Amino acid sequence: MHEWALAESIVMAAVDEARKEKLKSITQVTIFIGELQQIEKEIFLFALNELSKSQKPSIKKDAFILKTEKSMLLCKNCGNTWKFSDMKKKLNEAESESIHFIPEVVFVHTRCPRCGSPDFEITKGRGVVLSSITGVR
Amino acid sequence: MEPRTSVIEKRLKHINRIIAVASGKGGVGKSMVASSLALYLSQKGYKVGLLDLDLYGPSSHIILGVKNQFPTEEKGIIPPVVHGISFMSIVYFTEEKPSPFRGVDISNIILELLAITQWGCLDFLIIDMPPGIGDETLDVIRYMKKSEFLVVTTPSKVAMGAVGKLLRILLELKKPLLGVIENMTMTDSSFIQQEVKRLHVRYLGNIDFDTVLEDSIGDPDRLVQTQMMKDLSRTLQNIKL
Ligand SMILES: Nc1ncnc2c1ncn2[C@@H]1O[C@H](COP(=O)(O)OP(=O)(O)O)[C@@H](O)[C@H]1O
Ligand SMILES: [Mg+2]
Ligand SMILES: [Zn+2]
Repeated sequence: MHEWALAESIVMAAVDEARKEKLKSITQVTIFIGELQQIEKEIFLFALNELSKSQKPSIKKDAFILKTEKSMLLCKNCGNTWKFSDMKKKLNEAESESIHFIPEVVFVHTRCPRCGSPDFEITKGRGVVLSSITGVR
Repeated sequence: MEPRTSVIEKRLKHINRIIAVASGKGGVGKSMVASSLALYLSQKGYKVGLLDLDLYGPSSHIILGVKNQFPTEEKGIIPPVVHGISFMSIVYFTEEKPSPFRGVDISNIILELLAITQWGCLDFLIIDMPPGIGDETLDVIRYMKKSEFLVVTTPSKVAMGAVGKLLRILLELKKPLLGVIENMTMTDSSFIQQEVKRLHVRYLGNIDFDTVLEDSIGDPDRLVQTQMMKDLSRTLQNIKL
């Protein structure tokens, strides 16, 4: 249930942004969910909707659109690219859960599948990103 | 857009004071001072948290003997309470494996930890900092606005060379500076005291090199009985806690 904390960050960021833009209400919020963070979408959406009640500016019911972003990992050593889903099977539950909390520990628990280097980069699909907000002024 | 920064202030809202134990140099006793300070305050009856931000070489869990603990998940993560201290560290997630992080990863980890950790109400949050003026120090300054710095050095000119630079940047940024502790002293010398005073920073006192300190590592009940702890308590009399 740490999804709740992330949902709270999204709602607060959306409200901050809406105030900056002088919106009266928020009608749509698009969120990218990076594959690495392995968010429970239902819980996340539930938390978003709960936290949206009684906000100022108001957030319309069902304003949230969740899009999953596939991950892309790039090895700085050999140039190989791969997806987290390609290697998730090799991780035990504790390792996978740690990556769910802190995506960067992917550098601790996994290696480049081609050359074994820990020196790779998360180029896509790390975590939760607020992609766009629409509303009425 | 980065959503995590919006929620950090809320997460830290019910923390009265944040003290970052820092140094320009490694191996001077930051982790020892940070852990001992947390124990000291907890013994005084304060509600205390300890955050280990040395992500490459976390040490506080070794000093406090934290084993087989994991945060509880509830609207975020709640740090386990060890010897009265709410303790958060990257080790819960790395299982003591080596942690090859680049600067951008360090910043991301700090943001994530700050965004999801539910500290609740605390009188003090102590931060065990890594050495230097890199990402961690800059992020603490950026995201933990009310942080105050407690700086540790050894008697060596080599340590003071790096510590002086940290002090100067903290002064330039007008960060609250509680003062400097000179740790692991073995002879009488006023070198550090003079250097610190030259920068108009408070010299809080010294902690002698404690030859039997090692025996108490991992055992907080013994740690609080050490000469190191007595010396630390004496230096702490010089700051308002
Ligand atoms: N006053 C002291 N007397 C003896 N040993 C000390 C003292 N302070 C720290 N140490 C030891 O010195 C080493 C480095 O301390 P540590 O707290 O890990 O430094 P840092 O966090 O600055 O890298 C550790 O082994 C610690 O137990
Ligand atoms: Mg340390
Ligand atoms: Zn590779």
